[in-house]
Amino acid sequence: MTTTAARRDERVVDVGIARRLLARPELGAIIGAVIIFVFFASQSEVFRAPAGIANWLDPASTLGIMAIAVALLMIGGEFDLSSGVMTGTVGLTIGLLASHYGWNLWLAIFAALVLALGIGFLNGYLTTRTGLPSFIITLGSFLMLQGLNLGVTKALTNTVLIEGIGRTQGYPLAQQLFASTVNIAGAEFRITILWWLAATVVATYVLLRTRQGNWIFAVGGDARSARNVGVPAAKTKIALFMTTSGAAWLVGTMVALRLTTVQANQGIGDELIYIVAAVIGGCLLTGGFGSAVGASLGALIFGMTSQGIVYVGWDSDWFKFFLGAMLLLAVLANHVVRHYAEQGRK
Amino acid sequence: MLTTKTLFAMFAMVQLSLVGCSKESSSTGSGSGGTAASATGATGTTGESTPAKATKNLTFALVSHANAGDKFWDVVKNGEEQAGKDLGVKVTYQGSGDPQKQAQLIDVAVSQKVDGLIVSMANPEALRPSIQKAVQAGIPVITINSGAEKSAELGAMTHVGQTEKVAGEAAGARLAKKGLKHVLCIIHEAGNVGLEERCAGAKRTLEGGKVVNLQVSVSDLASATSTIAAKLQSDPSIDGALTLNNAVAGAAVNAIAQANRPTVALATFDVDATILQNISAGKIFFAIDQQPYLQGYLPVTFLNLYRMNGTTVGGGQPVLTGPGFIDKANAELVQKYIQQGAR
Repeated sequence: MTTTAARRDERVVDVGIARRLLARPELGAIIGAVIIFVFFASQSEVFRAPAGIANWLDPASTLGIMAIAVALLMIGGEFDLSSGVMTGTVGLTIGLLASHYGWNLWLAIFAALVLALGIGFLNGYLTTRTGLPSFIITLGSFLMLQGLNLGVTKALTNTVLIEGIGRTQGYPLAQQLFASTVNIAGAEFRITILWWLAATVVATYVLLRTRQGNWIFAVGGDARSARNVGVPAAKTKIALFMTTSGAAWLVGTMVALRLTTVQANQGIGDELIYIVAAVIGGCLLTGGFGSAVGASLGALIFGMTSQGIVYVGWDSDWFKFFLGAMLLLAVLANHVVRHYAEQGRK
Repeated sequence: MLTTKTLFAMFAMVQLSLVGCSKESSSTGSGSGGTAASATGATGTTGESTPAKATKNLTFALVSHANAGDKFWDVVKNGEEQAGKDLGVKVTYQGSGDPQKQAQLIDVAVSQKVDGLIVSMANPEALRPSIQKAVQAGIPVITINSGAEKSAELGAMTHVGQTEKVAGEAAGARLAKKGLKHVLCIIHEAGNVGLEERCAGAKRTLEGGKVVNLQVSVSDLASATSTIAAKLQSDPSIDGALTLNNAVAGAAVNAIAQANRPTVALATFDVDATILQNISAGKIFFAIDQQPYLQGYLPVTFLNLYRMNGTTVGGGQPVLTGPGFIDKANAELVQKYIQQGAR
């Protein structure tokens, strides 16, 4: 299973343009995104107006940043179930240090970064050293972080909600950078959208144009053969886990500065949504295949769907059903497209 | 591959069960008591929009802090939908337990230029920018359930809910009337300000008696049962217990049986079918109901009246939907409405 994934690496195969396009992991997601946009835009005027666009790009942006990192990790053959709860850990750390203990906000943000990268390193180190599935390792850190988030917060502040980040020293500038909005055509676009676009560009460059990108595909395809040809497999995987926790730090900071309060249960459950976005974007659960652009498109689909359902006024009780159906369709489309593309190579 | 799938399923199950547990606490709402500050400012800030004619097709949006499938909020939703039908206005319901997502759902309603907005404020600071944006856009806002003390400050017309202080005091007064002297107030979520306020309210009105708080966890009802039972066994002077959640009330019923102390009078917050059975069977003395149906029905009515005539309710003071009492006298009546999803 894993070796075929490695052979699928489209960059080494010389085929026609049509086939090459079809073999791109993000093709299914592009088609899906267009269909979903056209559908909701035709149903709701506000959805296609600037205010509506700003609205659905907002959840897509923070999800997208996470989905890109999670996609890189998945291409590298691993999962991180602690990534959602880690956004809460980051927010709570910032809130505790800055709001509760009166640290300068920037110092608190930096401390949260060190903590997040540390947890990411531990996830990666334990996974590569023990050889256990990253599912198990990060399921452990997921539960531990969940407990720590609640336990530590309550022990130190006697409540489950940390408030007052907006009144800390250094907030105005940090707010500009992580949580402000930009007015375009009368609508307030979140600055997180810019971060998201930047993350897409950087991740795509790393994946397709650098040696590290090759390593990521290689360790996800077949770690043993990758090691045999000199790829530093363990280091690559650890770096990927740290990238994911770095993204969780960025998103956690964005959420904390935007809401100026953090709940102890923040982010729990979001890790599955990140994986969903990456999979819609063409990532394989088995590793070795996928793209950053695809993950971004997956996030876009998710953002359009989650807000679009509200715009067209469907019953919110059915929301998860629509989302699940969309996921299944996207994955099936990817599967069919890839199958077709592969047949062309034989 | 197979193991990956299995693990995925396992993880999803762990997840769901955890989410299920954490929901329990928020479903009771955490609105804290006290009279609303700055009594009159509210109507002034929303006054800029001219009331529309009654014939216009109005749309009101409710955005709650609950995830889909929450029992308490389904009753709120039913109330909202019935009001929409009765008044011939369009109503929508959305909810998310994640404050950022709730804020985004409010933003959606604002960009749709709804004619009125109903918001539950479990986390007022996080919703502040979105609610203020709605007020600035001339959309009348009514807050419900929790957040009474911040409602007027954020520019809402009024607040519809139950204040914890008033509810707690009503419970204490009723227990005092029964002649109880030593009541356990069972807190099921450490650090929840709303729950502390309920117990404090009961303590104030239980004249000539004392109220002692007992800490249990709503996510571990088995251990809650044994904790309550142990407390009852160790102190024979305890003659009453007040639980603040329907699931914990069930645990307390078992604990009273386990400790063999059938004379202990049990009262609770929140209602469900099991609670009603226990009330009818005489195992629960009374239940306090904050009547979530009203928290959905009334705001729609208020917004519609505001759009018709420019009238406001409460003058910045909260409109209270509770405490409603359910005891042996009306348990049977309420049973019918619970099945209909109205209580």
